[in-house]
Amino acid sequence: MSISSPAALGLYIHWPYCARICPYCDFNVYKARGADSAPLVEALLADMARWREVTGPRALTSVHFGGGTPSLMEARDIARVLETAETLWGLEPDAELGLEANPAERARLADIVSAGINRLSVGVQSLDDAALARLGRDHDARAGLDALEIARSLVARVSADLIYARHGQSLKDWEGELAAVLALGVDHLSAYQLTIEDGTAFARQVKRGTLVPPPEELAADMFELTQGLTGAAGLEAYEISNHARGDAHRSRHNRLYWTGGDWIGIGPGAHGRIASHAAGGRIAHAAPLRPADYIAASGQPLCGLERLSALEEAQERVLMGLRIIDGLDRTRLRSLTGHDIDANAAQALHDDGLIAMDAARVRLAQQGRLYADRIATMLAPDG
Amino acid sequence: MSTNPANIRNFSIVAHIDHGKSTLADRLIQVTGGLTEREMKEQVLDNMELERERGITIKAQTVRLDYTARNGEKYVLNLIDTPGHVDFAYEVSRSLSACEGALLVVDAAQGVEAQTLANVYAAIEVDLEIVPVLNKIDLPAAEPDRVRAQIEDVIGIEAHDALEISAKTGLGIEDVLEAIVHRLPAPPAGDPDAPLKALLVDSWYDAYLGVICLVRIHEGTLKKGMRVRLMGTGANYNVDGVGVFRPTKINVDSLGPGEIGFLNASIKQVRDARVGDTITEEKRPTSSMLPGFKPAIPVVFCGLFPVDANDFEDLRDAVERLALNDASFSFEMETSAALGFGFRCGFLGLLHLEVIRERLEREYDVDLITTAPSVIYKIKMTDGEVIDLHNPADMPDPVRIDTIAEPWIKATILVPDEYLGGVLKLCEDRRGIQKELTYAGSRAMLVYELPLNEVVFDFYDRLKSVTKGYASFDYQFIEHREGDLVKMSILVNEEPVDALSMIVHRARAEMRGRGMCEKLKDLIPRHMFKIPIQAAIGGRVIARETLSALRKDVTAKCYGGDASRKRKLLDKQKAGKKKMRQFGRVEIPQEAFIAALKMDGD
Repeated sequence: MSISSPAALGLYIHWPYCARICPYCDFNVYKARGADSAPLVEALLADMARWREVTGPRALTSVHFGGGTPSLMEARDIARVLETAETLWGLEPDAELGLEANPAERARLADIVSAGINRLSVGVQSLDDAALARLGRDHDARAGLDALEIARSLVARVSADLIYARHGQSLKDWEGELAAVLALGVDHLSAYQLTIEDGTAFARQVKRGTLVPPPEELAADMFELTQGLTGAAGLEAYEISNHARGDAHRSRHNRLYWTGGDWIGIGPGAHGRIASHAAGGRIAHAAPLRPADYIAASGQPLCGLERLSALEEAQERVLMGLRIIDGLDRTRLRSLTGHDIDANAAQALHDDGLIAMDAARVRLAQQGRLYADRIATMLAPDG
Repeated sequence: MSTNPANIRNFSIVAHIDHGKSTLADRLIQVTGGLTEREMKEQVLDNMELERERGITIKAQTVRLDYTARNGEKYVLNLIDTPGHVDFAYEVSRSLSACEGALLVVDAAQGVEAQTLANVYAAIEVDLEIVPVLNKIDLPAAEPDRVRAQIEDVIGIEAHDALEISAKTGLGIEDVLEAIVHRLPAPPAGDPDAPLKALLVDSWYDAYLGVICLVRIHEGTLKKGMRVRLMGTGANYNVDGVGVFRPTKINVDSLGPGEIGFLNASIKQVRDARVGDTITEEKRPTSSMLPGFKPAIPVVFCGLFPVDANDFEDLRDAVERLALNDASFSFEMETSAALGFGFRCGFLGLLHLEVIRERLEREYDVDLITTAPSVIYKIKMTDGEVIDLHNPADMPDPVRIDTIAEPWIKATILVPDEYLGGVLKLCEDRRGIQKELTYAGSRAMLVYELPLNEVVFDFYDRLKSVTKGYASFDYQFIEHREGDLVKMSILVNEEPVDALSMIVHRARAEMRGRGMCEKLKDLIPRHMFKIPIQAAIGGRVIARETLSALRKDVTAKCYGGDASRKRKLLDKQKAGKKKMRQFGRVEIPQEAFIAALKMDGD
């Protein structure tokens, strides 16, 4: 596989609108009330131009449309964003141009691909209609499978996204759903355990006692089942929740997040990270959250650029970097930030067989993957 | 100009909590014009915030009332308020010894309670004349005749002429004042020109005046500017001020025989103004000292540690300042592997402990961890030496111990008979020995001998829960008795946790150990490996729980924006880690210690 060079640069486009808000979602999303999306598109384009001044001339290795529901974007708007990206930075010949597609918009996928998108992740989420209804989705299982089929007919790189460890879901239920999706021969699968996030409708239901998340034991068993079934189907668990058939199908854009590459975040609430301590400081930026504020600010000079300290940068790199099977590049961490992982914690975790490491690299051992957050927290340097 | 002793009445009010002592005191002050309506605060005598909140009196307060009786004579009535709780029995008895009489206030609906008994016996012991007063007579549930009979049966004093009043509505307050004048004796007529002989009844610290001494004059006259000697300590002071409480401090020129008032003399520490000491004039001393009081001895001990180790100096400052004002509170520095630097403190009882702890937290703003309360064990070593032990951490090697003795108390419990079974079981479980079981109406009076260490461990809470709060409880120390006592250690993942070790009776060790292990199992967060939690005596494990391993700790989804969020979470966790204590590979949060050591069982 190709290790992205430090020069790799990604562009994230956040489309915050959804036809309806899912009760589990804590992303920065807003219900589209037939609002005119033109001002937001103009703001996105203006924002990109401002960022071009920050990055200087570098080619983009990926563009990713996330949200919200970016499949609600007009194809011509997607095309304008991609054209503007091409004009401002230029796209690498094999650049990954991805978009998160909601099955309800499956009829629009052909247009979206015509606009230039070459990778689609389809939010199938579940094959159980009742479960989809409980998740607040605006499509049924049939629509999800249709969307997946359409996507695969349009582009070579497709991911099926599933949500599991849902309340009321048994290990057997999940096994059935997962096996059915794998049987389709998908090349990429994102299988996310349902997380109850603060401030969501589900969190309120948990508080009221009307929603009981599955016990930790069951969720852990489901995770292990997922690893087993996807592995057997030829998909490698290259990240905690992501599985791909060979390197070519791995998400290159997400890789930037996990390996601490550079990316620009465009759109309401989008985050960006550029450069590193060794290159004069890693720049962090978060765009205004509300679309109206974002649109208003896009006409102004870019502000709110923050320079992370070397320690903060190192902590982020450790927290994100352990999630991938390749693990964290310690040599690069040291040379970019001057920090390393916590040596005492590393030794103890190594002795317990939870991580594998040498001077150049540290990665989660099989048993460590279920404790990824805790291990990352332990390894993150502290002052 | 001093008052003629024949027109002075010094009295206390003894009552159970909630029977209306403070309300009655307020009424007496109001009716005699001690305070205007505007100045009148609820329960003015309990002027510490904490006291008012808990409805208890800790430090004795006093107030001087002017009363013109129905016979036209003017009287000075000194009301000395007393603490109601058993922990402060010592302060009760010395307040009472400054009086000639007492009002026994009993709730006309609830009847006699255990505290009523303890306090009224203390009053009888110092030969006070007692006037029974039935309060809350206006309540529909009031049964004055039944309660009268109960006072006669249970306490054994005449009650047919008990006054019927309602402190709340003001009904019968004049009768109370008349009874004070006509039924309580006047103080003995001492010679105002004799050498000064005054009893130091109480002392406390005032930020402006230094130590304030509450005094009762027996002979002679105390004047401002006089040079006095505290006969016990031999120290001499210039009297800067003499006064009385109305209830605010009012300066007077002098206090004569039979009078009660205060003096301030630039005394720096409460310890220098020993309660019970005799005050006389330096240049013309009295020939003999007053009998005074036995010193109060701490009976309950515990460690107090700051939650944040950085607050240790603040805690030191706070305990030192508290001790300035409370001679019965003792402390010494202690170090614990689990809890860091703190203090081993001695208290008169559990309520005293609670009060001190709350004052430290509230008035001095220090967050505290309180270790399990302990008592004083007398350990006889094989070489004949006897040592006092109140910290399990200091327990000598068992092979060098000949015998261990523990303090026992005599407990009096009054309980409605429907809850009697539960109380009997509780006392039996706590190694109690029944001495008496009698009935007064539908209430049982139980007298038990109990080991104090079983009482300091959640006894009140259990008693409250088995009787739905209807029992009343009081105790006094009797003696140390030999017992089969052992040190029980708690091991978490094979590592001993010193702050959790305790001295227990062998017969009770397994139960206590199991309770602690179960509690810890719920309190210690799960780790990536399973953790045995054991209670052991020496090398022998007597109880064991296993905290299962955490199965997962992983976020499903993690995108670019999450980097900042994850870093904020990390900062929070790192901050939380500072409140963790490391035992081998196990991290135990401070809250777990606090919860495990809390006295209430659950």
